[in-house]
Amino acid sequence: MLDYKPNIVLSNDDQEYKVIGTRPVRPDGADKVTGKASYSADINLPGMLFGKMLRSPHAHAVIKSIDTSKAEALPGVRAVVTSADILKPSGRASELAEGAMVNYKFLSNNVLADGKALYKGHAIAAVAAASPHVAEEALKLIEVDYEVLTPVMDAKEAMKEDAPLVHERLAGLTTAAIRAGGVLDDDDPTKGTNIANHFEFKLGDPDEGFAQADVIVEKEVSTVAVHQGYIEPHSGTAQWHEDGSLTVWSSSQGQFTVRDYTARLVGIPVSKVRAIPMEIGGGFGAKLTMYMEPVAALLARKAGAPVKMSMSRTEVFEASGPTSGTYISVKLGATKEGKITAATSTLIFEAGAFPGSPVPGGAQCMMSAYDIPNAYIEGYDVVVNRPKTSAYRAPGSPAAAFAMETAIDEVCEKIGMDPIEFRLLNSSKEGTRRVTGPLMPRVGFIETLEAAKAHPHYSEPLEGPYRGRGVASGFWGNNTGPSSAVALVHPDGKISLTEGSPDIGGTRASVSQQMAEVLGIPVEDINPTVGDTDSIGFTSNTGGSGVTFKTGFAAYTAAQDIKQQMIERAAKLWEVTTDDVEYVDGALQHKSDPELRLTFQQMAARQTPTGGPIVGSAGVNPPGAGPAIGTHIVDLEVDPDTGKVTILRYTALQDAGKAIHPSYVEGQIQGGVAQGIGWALNEEYFINDQGHMVNSSYLDYRMPTSLDLPMIDTVIVEVANPNHPYGVRGVGEVCIVPPMAAISNALYDAIGVRLNSLPMNPGSVLEALWSKDNGGA
Amino acid sequence: MPEVWIPTTMQSLTGGQHRVQVEGRTVRQVINNLEQVYPGVKAILYDEEEDDLQAGVAVIVDGEASQIGLLERVQETSEVHFLPAIGGG
Repeated sequence: MLDYKPNIVLSNDDQEYKVIGTRPVRPDGADKVTGKASYSADINLPGMLFGKMLRSPHAHAVIKSIDTSKAEALPGVRAVVTSADILKPSGRASELAEGAMVNYKFLSNNVLADGKALYKGHAIAAVAAASPHVAEEALKLIEVDYEVLTPVMDAKEAMKEDAPLVHERLAGLTTAAIRAGGVLDDDDPTKGTNIANHFEFKLGDPDEGFAQADVIVEKEVSTVAVHQGYIEPHSGTAQWHEDGSLTVWSSSQGQFTVRDYTARLVGIPVSKVRAIPMEIGGGFGAKLTMYMEPVAALLARKAGAPVKMSMSRTEVFEASGPTSGTYISVKLGATKEGKITAATSTLIFEAGAFPGSPVPGGAQCMMSAYDIPNAYIEGYDVVVNRPKTSAYRAPGSPAAAFAMETAIDEVCEKIGMDPIEFRLLNSSKEGTRRVTGPLMPRVGFIETLEAAKAHPHYSEPLEGPYRGRGVASGFWGNNTGPSSAVALVHPDGKISLTEGSPDIGGTRASVSQQMAEVLGIPVEDINPTVGDTDSIGFTSNTGGSGVTFKTGFAAYTAAQDIKQQMIERAAKLWEVTTDDVEYVDGALQHKSDPELRLTFQQMAARQTPTGGPIVGSAGVNPPGAGPAIGTHIVDLEVDPDTGKVTILRYTALQDAGKAIHPSYVEGQIQGGVAQGIGWALNEEYFINDQGHMVNSSYLDYRMPTSLDLPMIDTVIVEVANPNHPYGVRGVGEVCIVPPMAAISNALYDAIGVRLNSLPMNPGSVLEALWSKDNGGA
Repeated sequence: MPEVWIPTTMQSLTGGQHRVQVEGRTVRQVINNLEQVYPGVKAILYDEEEDDLQAGVAVIVDGEASQIGLLERVQETSEVHFLPAIGGG
């Protein structure tokens, strides 16, 4: 029997690697832990001004007028801008890379409110001044005449016929898959709606499937908005140059998105914007969009000086993008032998003030882990008077899994079947028809379930009152997209690698390792840098768990380019043909003459006489990111007097395809689990009846700390993705999908009551216990 | 011929059919040929101004999300799906 040591890697890959699968120190690590790394707010320029934002005190209000004259007259104030200063593009959605899209009209209106304030904290006007304090004083002098309207804060309320309209002219889309939303034409008499999108998927005959079921479970779950909780607030600095070009420094998950958004909203070509990616202190999806950079650019243009803008923590909570609150109903039917016969679900997601919740992700993932012959899923994207939601790790899938995986637990209880056996019996595998239509590619769901079943955590007795064990699985599709890499070979045999993906989770290391493996050189000989938009080719956002796949692919391809150039140089040097030369273990050698051999370092030293600098480059757009899947086991204990839940033990098993750097895969998994535990047990936006968040600080917004969590054990299961040269599949998101359901299932095991709403905080747990004591369970 | 799976919300345009077979060696040709048989389909899937798929529409050919959209090659036995694009986090 396998000895499951902590953080084990289980691989079906018998390929021997020298660099892949090792654990070198990340190249950016020392600077980050010693405070030398530069983040966006670290930028300071000569003559730089400080920008501050005036934000709406109301969740829903007409902006009747804005008078900035007193603010402009305040000594030290250099510029004031409102929505009158920003471009207002058309309301049609535009495609970005890797599944992302944007409606620039809505983006513009979110960056600076136009006509209406749509949530508490919505940006109304901005000031640039010689000091942040003067800018704050100036904000108080801006006079805004509001007509306060009734806000609609809840998606179900917003769907009602008589609900206040967030946008009077929002088009309700039902035909296409446009989640960025649309606007009714001026001459269209159709009434606006808060339902930005409604879509459906259907497979087989659900009615017939339910008729075949021996047991049927129906339930509804709800989740509330939570924030990604990154440490670094949003910040951006803008500086104009004499030639009309603009430089922007910011922390984001995509410098090209910063470039494109800023260019569009300030009205200059993308080639005139140089976006410089600073180090990033967490993003988790929320820094795929932006808020400050275009406003800083507008202020800088007016003031004739560079402007830096940074959010406070309260602004981050109130005016950046949390994830959606949701309502999800699910109906699941199975035979008494445990075979799923049918499933249906309705998902209602809050989008915030503008369309574009992650409901497509939730809908497409929630049943994808299973072979379900008859199914129906519908999704609603609903606008409400809350900040525009943004992506958060596996967007949409965690809430959907909370519904699906707890329903599975209920079915297992009804038929008396082990939950892992049930999942094995119904697991999706290569060739399974997904509810959304396409066939499932190769993925290791069965392998992770087998590993979970064999893990000692699953079989070890859990004794004591108020203790419970829960299991849940999760699916995420993963993304890819265009990516670029350029590698300069230095005469000392080292490489400077410029790549286009901002490094959030150790990807400088995982990308460099792939290049080093190809070239047979130590990874320490590669110095990776994230390039700005003028120094590297277009690279899609760091998101969708895609960087180690797509940018790793780019580095792999650039390394092949170097290898081929070196083969040509060696052939020239030895006066043989390239067919006579091979590259093996970091050296060039003649295939039949052992005397002719040059190491990579020796060849690097002879670049100039053999033809000049060797530069390897690649621009790729690789398909086949390969989905990700994981299964989690959790043990917990409930304090019956306080309702507090303590996580006793947590094991997360996940198919990583190939763990290029196992420590950083483990880190991703542990981070996702930690966030999932917070989402499950404590985190929420407390919104009062005026639509105001009342816990917008880390003192009151209860994220888990190290004291709240046990060691999170990981099992990396490697089922290679056939579409990547090393078998990589993304790892950063699926780890947040199972925790809420696994914890809910464990809570039921502990106290005998199902908690179907998040967060399952002490108050909710106590109410559940009291309900049980009163015979309500 | 390639088999196109019609999104549920578009099946009113195909007389309720959820799978149809049309000629085409690329996604672009498949959409154009769909339009010939089921008028209205193209406007939903194709953005004439951008000469691209509509924003937010992903095309999946034989189980893999295409990175090149209209230019994606389609085989005689291919399955073609149009789904909402999913953004990552």
